[in-house]
Amino acid sequence: MAGIPHDHYEPKTGGEKWVHSRLPIVGLLYDTIMLPTPKNLNWMWIWGIILTFCLALQIVTGIILAMHYTPHVDLAFASVEHIMRNVNGGHMLRYLHMNGASLFFIAVYAHIFRGLYYGSYKAPREITWIIGMLIFVLMMGAGFMGYVLPWGQMSFWGATVITGLFGAIPFIGEPIQTLLLGGPAVDNATLNRFFSLHYLLPFVIAGLVIVHIWAFHTTGNNNPTGVEVRRTSKADAEKDTLPFWPYFVIKDLFALAVILAVFFAVVGFMPNYLGHPDNYIEANALVTPAHIVPEWYFLPFYAILRAFTSEVWIVIFFEFITGGIIDAKFFGVLAMFGAIIVMALAPWLDTSSVRSGRYRPMFKWWFWILVVDFIVLMWLGAMPAEEPYATFSLIASAYWFGYFLVILPLLGVIEKPLPQPATIEADFAAHYGKPDSAPAE
Amino acid sequence: MFKKLSIAAIAALALSSGAFAAGGGDQHIENIDFSFDGPFGKFDQNQLQRGLQVYTEVCSACHGLKYVPLRTLSDEGGPHLPEDQVRAYAAENFEVYDEALEDTRPATPVDHFPENNGAGAPDLSMMAKARAGFHGPYGLGINQFLFGMGGPDYIASLLTGYTGEEKEEAGVTLYENTAFPGGWISMAPPLYGEDVDFNDGHANDLEHISEDVSAFLMWTAEPKMMARKQAGFVSVFFLTILSVLLYLTNKKIWAPIKGKGRKES
Repeated sequence: MAGIPHDHYEPKTGGEKWVHSRLPIVGLLYDTIMLPTPKNLNWMWIWGIILTFCLALQIVTGIILAMHYTPHVDLAFASVEHIMRNVNGGHMLRYLHMNGASLFFIAVYAHIFRGLYYGSYKAPREITWIIGMLIFVLMMGAGFMGYVLPWGQMSFWGATVITGLFGAIPFIGEPIQTLLLGGPAVDNATLNRFFSLHYLLPFVIAGLVIVHIWAFHTTGNNNPTGVEVRRTSKADAEKDTLPFWPYFVIKDLFALAVILAVFFAVVGFMPNYLGHPDNYIEANALVTPAHIVPEWYFLPFYAILRAFTSEVWIVIFFEFITGGIIDAKFFGVLAMFGAIIVMALAPWLDTSSVRSGRYRPMFKWWFWILVVDFIVLMWLGAMPAEEPYATFSLIASAYWFGYFLVILPLLGVIEKPLPQPATIEADFAAHYGKPDSAPAE
Repeated sequence: MFKKLSIAAIAALALSSGAFAAGGGDQHIENIDFSFDGPFGKFDQNQLQRGLQVYTEVCSACHGLKYVPLRTLSDEGGPHLPEDQVRAYAAENFEVYDEALEDTRPATPVDHFPENNGAGAPDLSMMAKARAGFHGPYGLGINQFLFGMGGPDYIASLLTGYTGEEKEEAGVTLYENTAFPGGWISMAPPLYGEDVDFNDGHANDLEHISEDVSAFLMWTAEPKMMARKQAGFVSVFFLTILSVLLYLTNKKIWAPIKGKGRKES
């Protein structure tokens, strides 16, 4: 495997050699765990472990929940109550799974914004970034379908609204919507296929996570300086890095324990805080809730979806030149998916030769505005579709696209970056001083 | 620098979920100091038993509790009635249809409270979780942390929120209520005070019985609340200890790498 030069596993005993020559699995694990990791990683590099933990948590709790859940429109809601009341520890399992989704998305957003700030998406890590974006999209799919399963009012109406988006695609939209729903409307067929896919997607995600890890184990981790680890020799590489075990394993586990303490406080003391009361009312196709709001983690993209109404000039323009094929509804759908696509294209839209935002004085400002913009969009997504929120949504959506399509390409040309440290070793020494002794490995 | 991001993200979460919880602007929901509010709050067993009595004698005429098994009335962390009392209570108060008998029979602890939607009244099993109710200053999660999710506060406010005004609309009598979204509810005032007499001579004015039945409905909605809070407390306690140990471990293994001349970054 290409990568940073480091010691590899050497089988010593006869038994080890016997296994190694047939299946080098110990070597693979050794190389994975002992990966040379830039020693200057800061606390924003903990989210990968948190995310891996979330995936495992969701899969384990989900598999047990599936043993007690019934995917049928007449029984689903009652089976969730059965889990809450009769299954041993069922109430904790369900609340862990429900809030685990929120922790998952908090972590993934922190992880993505860390990548955006430190330029982790830039060459040679484009594939890591693209795989990450795929995982993010699949997570949204899994989250959405999971929210439908309890078959409450928000489940039902959320499913109706979101699958309706696909119906907005010209010509092929309606067949796609019918395929998604398994019929003309959200019904038993929908619930069944969502259950099936909700069970499948996490394993697809798990596969992509392995590819994601494989990719960045090849390129090496990015780090806060964006300066690459020296690969000229093993000795040079060792000046810039430390093995993943134990230095980063312990650090990441510490972060995980702190985050889990907060997570368990939420699960134990206010598990419904991030949910919606309407989802404790069984789905009813005849009663529409007053406000249909998606889960908090979809709100920024939901705000972008709703921002482009038929009164917006760019929508009117597109509707006119396409002869009505791209109407306001379809435009909104394109904008929502486009918001993720432009983010996925960041490696090619960012023209700056400097990787880390730390050495980009102008970029920093635009980046933090993007963070605020994301939070504002999240807030707007929860607001009713009326003034002044509609105008705010439009401005905030415009900034999102502007950041990726205009600001990132331009900044690389006009910005004068600050000097970067020559090596990771130099940066680390500047922060922490010289080590007392050689690292005890 | 990224601390800012985390704080901002939490603020956004609080804001957006606060917006979820927001009901109609004209509703008046009183925050009631229930015994089960807050991380260490516990159900008051006597209050749950009084609430059960109010439900049985008044509410059950129109409202069902179809998701609640009668046997759970004897659960610890709930009304905790003796099992023979539950058996007697079920048989005296409810009849269920038995498919095997093709007839109705007196309810037993293995049955659920019966469904009842004859008058179009909603099932009350999860009512305390299905209404946003009290939410306090916009979106601060701390409110839900300290004062509970607000559903029982909503129910109590609704039961005491009748103004006495009535109007007819399309042949339906509507009653003005300060807690109900829109201000007009089709349920006639169910409680007036002194609707039930408690064995222990506990106060039975309107406010008290409203709170009692609201507390009971919080239990029907979240019967495992005590177990959940305990699990939360134990988890947080041990994770905190684990965090301290891992912090010290982390500090120790990094000490030789970082050297003594550490500067604040």
